[in-house]
Amino acid sequence: MSAGLHISLNAETLFHLGSLPISNSMFTSTIASLLILSFGFLVKISLDQKTIRPTGLQNLAEWIVESFLNFINSVTGDLKKSQIFLPSLATFFIFIVLNNWLGLLPIVGSVGLKIPQESKVESIQQLETTPIDSAHEVAEPVKHEKETFVKEEKHEKFVPVFRPGTADLNTTIALALTSVFLIQFFGFKFLKLSYLNKFFNFSSPVNFYVGILELISEFAKIISFAFRLFGNIFAGEVLLVVITYLTKVLMPIPFYGLEIFVGFIQALVFTMLSLVFYNMATAKSH
Amino acid sequence: MNTDLAIAILMGVGAIGPGLAIGLIGSSGLQAIGRNPEAAGKVQTSMILSIAFAEAIAIYLLVVALILKFV
Repeated sequence: MSAGLHISLNAETLFHLGSLPISNSMFTSTIASLLILSFGFLVKISLDQKTIRPTGLQNLAEWIVESFLNFINSVTGDLKKSQIFLPSLATFFIFIVLNNWLGLLPIVGSVGLKIPQESKVESIQQLETTPIDSAHEVAEPVKHEKETFVKEEKHEKFVPVFRPGTADLNTTIALALTSVFLIQFFGFKFLKLSYLNKFFNFSSPVNFYVGILELISEFAKIISFAFRLFGNIFAGEVLLVVITYLTKVLMPIPFYGLEIFVGFIQALVFTMLSLVFYNMATAKSH
Repeated sequence: MNTDLAIAILMGVGAIGPGLAIGLIGSSGLQAIGRNPEAAGKVQTSMILSIAFAEAIAIYLLVVALILKFV
């Protein structure tokens, strides 16, 4: 990549808490969580039980909750089930959409620090200049009989301070694991132990085979949830960076519109798929 | 080794499948809505779900291409 274009697949670490490295995407998703928590707290302290018609912030919160409940109810058809599914699904949607949209702010991905990095470089003759966005050591093959020597070279790497949380594979794998774990949890909660009949079904060889396939597809769900969300958001980031690098003004505007749309749709798809899987896992079998 | 050609072919040829799939899903969904406008809600939900599954295949390809390019 030419100098000046900085794209890195993995999230860079900003600092260390003890021995735990904190990456910039972890930092940004914590900020998003704090925003959601403070909104919830503000709604709580402004709740007024006395009025029949809510106004202001309480009205907004009630509208959000009611829309989610109607949406979930339209798929499950059972109000009690919808109320049990509501907290996790609403959290998924709000968390993912806020993380996706935070990636579109001007300071995210561009404001950063230069952190000095040490890397051992094997070089034959001249000073090895590694490209700015390379995160790995570059080793040059030995071309002739000269012996190679290992040099310790300090160069600075540009690390953006903010990065959208869902543009990091760690976050999306965590979300996918949470969702699939909740599928099993709701399955066991509603169907008790007969939920295992879905996977281990000994009534006939065909059903046994189908049960094995269902078990494998649970793991496929984790992979597909994680990579769908990561691929969409990270590719959106790369697209915006490349377009802004190529044409400095005016052309990025429709791509920003696309990214707003994609961020919303990906959150919606994650939530809707989780909802449908919850529903299928808790359906009373015939 | 220069992998630019591989990346380009990967995305170019690989996008044929999901593109066709999404088009077919959309077309059958629209036909179903046209025949039975009352069931539009249910048909729409299933259609969006199927489109998400089909698009995920294209996203897997995209992630492989990104890994080839940037790692």
